[in-house]
Amino acid sequence: MKTFSGNILFLDRSDINTDEIIPAKYLTEISRQALKPYLLEDLKLEGFNPATDLAGKQVIVTRANFGCGSSREHAPWALEANGIDLVIASGFARIFRQNMFNCGMLAVELAPEQIEAIFSAFCPGPAQAVADPQTGRLVVSDGEKSLEFSFELGEFERALVQAGGWVEYADKRY
Amino acid sequence: MGQTVAEKIFASHVVDQPSKEVFVLRLDAVFCHEITTPPAIMDLMARGKDRVFDPSRIKAVIDHVTPAKDSKTATQGKIMRDWAHRHGIGDFFDIGRNGVCHALFPEQGFVRPGYTIIMGDSHTCTHGAFGAFAAGVGTTDLEVGILKGVCAFKKPQTIRIDITGRLPAGVFAKDVILSVIGRIGVNGATDKVIEFGGPVVREMDMEERMTLCNMAVEAGATSGICAPDMTTVKYLWPFVKQEFESPEAALREYLHLAPDPDATYDKVITHDVSGLSPQATYGYKPDQVRPVAELEGTPIDQVYLGSCTNGRLGDLRVAARILAGKRINPKVRMIVSPATPQIFTRALEEGLIETFLKAGACVTNPTCGACLGMSNGVLAEGEVCAATTNRNFNGRMGKGGMIHLVSPATAAASALAGHLANSELYREEK
Ligand code: SF4
Repeated sequence: MKTFSGNILFLDRSDINTDEIIPAKYLTEISRQALKPYLLEDLKLEGFNPATDLAGKQVIVTRANFGCGSSREHAPWALEANGIDLVIASGFARIFRQNMFNCGMLAVELAPEQIEAIFSAFCPGPAQAVADPQTGRLVVSDGEKSLEFSFELGEFERALVQAGGWVEYADKRY
Repeated sequence: MGQTVAEKIFASHVVDQPSKEVFVLRLDAVFCHEITTPPAIMDLMARGKDRVFDPSRIKAVIDHVTPAKDSKTATQGKIMRDWAHRHGIGDFFDIGRNGVCHALFPEQGFVRPGYTIIMGDSHTCTHGAFGAFAAGVGTTDLEVGILKGVCAFKKPQTIRIDITGRLPAGVFAKDVILSVIGRIGVNGATDKVIEFGGPVVREMDMEERMTLCNMAVEAGATSGICAPDMTTVKYLWPFVKQEFESPEAALREYLHLAPDPDATYDKVITHDVSGLSPQATYGYKPDQVRPVAELEGTPIDQVYLGSCTNGRLGDLRVAARILAGKRINPKVRMIVSPATPQIFTRALEEGLIETFLKAGACVTNPTCGACLGMSNGVLAEGEVCAATTNRNFNGRMGKGGMIHLVSPATAAASALAGHLANSELYREEK
């Protein structure tokens, strides 16, 4: 099974919603790649500039309730179009989290203290993360120090990541 | 062991349990609109799986941007239209017959107690007002719903919220749900179902229950649910009279879905609304809620009356009562979007539309329109709107715009005042 890894983008805020991840006016796009330039365009976060801060990032580390709001799968698609397929947070909104797994992406949930530990050790970066859905092991490092965590993944979620998403899984099984 | 409404519905719909905590449910209905369905259709086509599980259980509408505003939205509509025709989806609502999905589908009798429903739209929780398990999902879940008629869920725990006391005059279902979200927070019910009950909910009509359940997702809930009762049966009677001998017989059947007295809840909250006043949001999160009285005088540029939360006949009636014979403040503009053609027609017959026009409001065709800043009614940078919608996220109605979520009464009163204001219906009571 594939591992998920890359440079971390730190978003130090809770309740980042799907309108902030991808504004509704871009929902007229039918291709996923067309969403690429608009990721996090409306994010309310001091000092954050999508034009410069997104480049070269493959992982997001953030706080609670990430992806709340609308059901739009355009939100994980916009992440994916920018090469981000791993989000580490202290909690996710249900639909967003399910959308990530349905697309074969990885949502890692850690305790708030663990997220705090990552922020205080590595934010603003540069830092990297590697997550292995098979073993449930996550390593965050900056070349000098590193922190290791284990995360829980349901059997079903692991099966979805393995099958490459829910459509293939369901069409075979039901 | 006793069961909640959601647990009863789950138990009767499980087709598979791929892991201990995940249940795959059989779906009674799959609802579709033109924003999230076209990517699902395109993906199914690309996978060589352009099929539907049962055309009679799929209901589709073009409602977010209608009539189309540009080539891209015209293409979204065309993909839906072609797909509906290709698969013989009879319940497809195109321009002229279309309306806001969560108002239109219940009005057409597509929602029944005990149903499982998904839609690629987070406010699908609205349909829980009928005692259904209705949940918003992403495009991939929608795709599988269309293809196979199933959806996977973790068994949600239920939060029971009893609304007690007596709702003061001039205070409405919208104020109740805003106060609930203000109390439990935007993350207060994540991954859970909220079961609404108590004397105030029993007194509410179906429109008010829909307003309540509509915003359950703003507290993170998978679905809001009201157990069915005689009010539910009366609303549904025209659609179910072939199935039952009498409304009482229908009620007897539906009462099997009522929560057991010994049902286990994650949490039970008693929310007394006796002293509640009209509420409004003040920030960019739906749990940033304060009494309108504390925000009175906040300047606004636009008022929006409509959406799946508050675009129904009862909402238009309350607003029209406040606007009757008056002109809205020249500093503001007001947009009214009756949520469905049937609501529009009734509003026309009752003279409500005339009241809005004479007050100086703009009345649009049934559409989501301004609610998500995709078509008519987009705000300019720095503008403020008092809206009867459900989401005040930054940029929701247009980049740099700000939204105060309010009830139809507060919206109408604010349009007259030119700033956030309590309605006379509330003031007089006091
Ligand atoms: S009215 Fe607004 S919230 Fe309701 S379905 Fe339409 S866009 Fe969504």
